[in-house]
Amino acid sequence: MKAHLSRRYLFSASHRLHSEAMSPQENLATYGKCNNPYGHGHNYIVELTVSGQVDERTGMVCNLADLDSFIEREVLARFDHENLNTLQEFAQEVPTTENLCIQIYEIVHRGFPRAHLERVRLEETMMNSFEYTG
Amino acid sequence: MVYLTRKAEFSASHYYHNPDFTPEENLRIFGKCNNPNGHGHNYTLEVTVKGEVDPRSGFVVDLKQLKEVMHRDVLEAMDHRFLNKEVPEFIHRIPTTENIAIAIWQRLVSKLETAKLHRIRVYETPDLFVDFYGEP
Repeated sequence: MKAHLSRRYLFSASHRLHSEAMSPQENLATYGKCNNPYGHGHNYIVELTVSGQVDERTGMVCNLADLDSFIEREVLARFDHENLNTLQEFAQEVPTTENLCIQIYEIVHRGFPRAHLERVRLEETMMNSFEYTG
Repeated sequence: MVYLTRKAEFSASHYYHNPDFTPEENLRIFGKCNNPNGHGHNYTLEVTVKGEVDPRSGFVVDLKQLKEVMHRDVLEAMDHRFLNKEVPEFIHRIPTTENIAIAIWQRLVSKLETAKLHRIRVYETPDLFVDFYGEP
């Protein structure tokens, strides 16, 4: 039987939305308050969904301890309590939640083969969330 | 096609153990969840059904009927129970969130009259949930 397992994790990070390809006026018009040069922060919630056959011996799609330790090591340690604009991952792109969502998807897709990654959903605030399915 | 979701909560205890594993394997794979005295959760169940809207009633499904079916066929069996010892499906199957979602699907799938079961979602905690769509 195929089931879909979803797990949620929280991390806190700051960012500033700004593009060097735009003029100051364009940046302000495009990004509004998010263009504040000092940045601002969010408690991000990342919700991962993996799918697979439920293992008859364990009753699991994948071992949660394995998933948790992978995410802790490869996602949370990388982004938690960081200023996203200072990270290598965002040297060439604006750290919008869209781009962060895609980055997290790629990290998990490349590094966690034990279950099929269905989607990554990233909640920036209670009102905004983004999903990427690859 | 319209999708309707009804939620319910139930509180239950369980533990994870495979009698075919050695004690060391059980501890390594299941960790603290292997405690034979069990531990508990407040589970949240979401039952999602789908169907066309009946032009006379405006309903996809009679919610009174759905609530009654959920209560009779799921909650009475699982609420305030030790799943491993009191629910037939879990005498020989580990009551992981995955298996709970599948068992609830199997209990409900043939019980609905006007709508079709689309998805069972079971939250073990607010940060961990499983969806089952009836896929083999």
